Amino acid sequence: MRNNLSRRGGRTIAAVTATIVASSVLAACGSSGPEGSGGGDEGTLNVWVYGDASTKVQDEAVKRFNKNSDVKAKLTKVPGDSYQDKLRTAMGTPNAPDVFFNWGGGSIANFVDKDMLVDLTPEFEKDPDLKGAFIDTIVDAGKVNDKYYGVPMRGMQPVILFYNKNVFEKADAEPPQSWEDMLALVDTFKEEGVTPFALAGADAWPELMWVEYLLDRNGGAEVFQRIQDGDSEAWGDPAVLKTAEQIKELVDRGAFGKNYASVNYTEDGASTLFAKDRAAMHLMGSWEYANQKANQPKFAEDGIGWTSFPALPDGEGDPKNVVGNPTNYWSINAKAKEQEAALEFVKTAAEDAYVKDLVANGDVPATSDAEERLKAHDAPQYAEFQYEMVKAAPNFTLSWDQALPSQQAEPMLTNIQKLFNGQLSPKDFVEAMKGL
Amino acid sequence: MPASATPGTTVKEPPTGAVRARPSRASSGAGRPGLGWAVPGLLFFTLFAIIPMLLVVALSFTSWQGLGLPEWTGGANWSRLWEDPEMRQAIWLSVLLTGLSWLFQTPVALLLGVWAAGTQRNRAVLSAIFFLPLLASSVALALLWKSLLDPNFGLIADIGPYIGFPDGNLLGDPQGAFAAVLFVASWQFIPFHTLLYQGGARQIPKSLYDAAYVDGAGTVRQFFSVTLPQLKNTVITSSVLMVVGALTFFDTVLILTEGGPGTDTTIVPFLMYTTGFDAFDMGYASAIATILVAIATGVSLLLVRLTGFSAMRSTREGM
Repeated sequence: MRNNLSRRGGRTIAAVTATIVASSVLAACGSSGPEGSGGGDEGTLNVWVYGDASTKVQDEAVKRFNKNSDVKAKLTKVPGDSYQDKLRTAMGTPNAPDVFFNWGGGSIANFVDKDMLVDLTPEFEKDPDLKGAFIDTIVDAGKVNDKYYGVPMRGMQPVILFYNKNVFEKADAEPPQSWEDMLALVDTFKEEGVTPFALAGADAWPELMWVEYLLDRNGGAEVFQRIQDGDSEAWGDPAVLKTAEQIKELVDRGAFGKNYASVNYTEDGASTLFAKDRAAMHLMGSWEYANQKANQPKFAEDGIGWTSFPALPDGEGDPKNVVGNPTNYWSINAKAKEQEAALEFVKTAAEDAYVKDLVANGDVPATSDAEERLKAHDAPQYAEFQYEMVKAAPNFTLSWDQALPSQQAEPMLTNIQKLFNGQLSPKDFVEAMKGL
Repeated sequence: MPASATPGTTVKEPPTGAVRARPSRASSGAGRPGLGWAVPGLLFFTLFAIIPMLLVVALSFTSWQGLGLPEWTGGANWSRLWEDPEMRQAIWLSVLLTGLSWLFQTPVALLLGVWAAGTQRNRAVLSAIFFLPLLASSVALALLWKSLLDPNFGLIADIGPYIGFPDGNLLGDPQGAFAAVLFVASWQFIPFHTLLYQGGARQIPKSLYDAAYVDGAGTVRQFFSVTLPQLKNTVITSSVLMVVGALTFFDTVLILTEGGPGTDTTIVPFLMYTTGFDAFDMGYASAIATILVAIATGVSLLLVRLTGFSAMRSTREGM
């Protein structure tokens, strides 16, 4: 159906566009951006990481690496919000990073399609210590087309059902063990005048977490796996419709209150609601704890509780399954001049010193022997719960918006938001998703 | 009216029968600048406006995920454009936002500007305060309004019940979110247009008011018979800026509503952004961009043509 542009015309357009894109990237990066040296130079390794409070772990790794290596790694911290855009625009240009941070799956699928990344599968086969160093489900979650392109390099981020101990105590309630418990708790807390579940519905991704867990519990991890493998008919699976109906049931029952569509996560709207005893539960990524610790330290210390998402009646999915961001990964640009050094560098993520730094930073590392170290975590109980939860999980589904190519992820998020807002009925939702 | 009577009109020929040579630096001395002066500007305009725009048009006939080479898909993006309900909604929302912005901003800016053109001391101070929103960046303002509109902890929690949003769910409600965008944008840009009207109103000769006063016109009559006609050109300038500004309006939507709830505040520029930089569907985003450029250019040309602004006729003829 699609014809390739005539080669000459295509090249010219691409070259001119690349020049414009490259100059805008340079302008946007300003002084912190990659300068003339660019990716692919000999003797240096350009490493890009998502710029946030956790980059100190990678800073240390670079320092250690440079001590023993002739090739010097140089870390570029790309400000969070624009990370995807910048990486994307840089990848086709001479300013591309040699080694870069990503979310695995769909976030790098387009790069894999264009043969821009180093296939790490042979390395994982050759070096059993490397593969054995990480929890299997987490390494697997980063796969694209059944091949490994990423080495886990940050903490794990499963989605956890948090609850507010103060509110539960006041209502004389217990954390939910089953779906029936959850529905009953909705009614209990409504009577108490407390929002049962805090939900940051102005953003679509916190709503996505609900859809992910419900579908996993209803139909098992296989349903989304089929979707991720490109079978859009899988959206027609009865488990998807059931999930959409359960969402509607929760919304109609008042599980999220009435104004969730105006609440943000990034401005801390939902988390504050939860910490101020005005919401009883909050389904959120494991970073919620660190977030509460930064903004409401008292609540993080003695008010916050956690549990896993319960099983559903007649659900086919394993209730031990987990959804979320397994972790972040290092991937290697196929054009990097210093391939060997790049490989050595990504392997440092399995080293003792690196894992220790992660724990000290409040992360729960994705390494298989992290258990011992978690005692050094500043909330050891929470860290151990999280670690056990992930380690025991038969399947860890990567957040859908990261797992799917962005061309599908965007409209999917919009449809989910419309389902929550009642602008799409469960049936229309299924139809809309099948059309993606 | 003969063109020469209009001040500011370009005089095409030297008035006397002087040598009709190409104006050159040697002959005209320090006189009118030659075409050479325009070269840097033209060069920049070509490089950073014309060429990228042509590239965008070319890209709209391709499928490109931002990596590798674009693939030629002919009119696929364009036919998709006509069938896309989201695009239709976005165009409708953009038109609505533009129309309502104009209807809302013009009278307020006009009245404020005329008022601020007065001379009393308190007006200067108050005007300075009115202009404050103009000084802050849109992003900072959008963030500020977003916290004010937080349904649980913002101002809207207290005043929501009085304006029809008892749960403070303003940004989560389709009409509410649209109204919020309209209001914040107006709040931010009214000062700029006020400034234009203030400048315009100060230019009106006092003799006109004196004459009107002698004829027995009151304040209201003076406003409609003297001020408003005299401000005709300012109204047109301000309207063109307002319309083009509203059509390309973007940052407040990005921060305040993210195009939501659902797609209910997804105006055309925002749809272009999400298609291009969230979904990385560059080809389709280019088609949207081309449509936007065409609409904005068309509308501003139309405004200029219909209002006779291009003739630049002075409001002070015969004085």
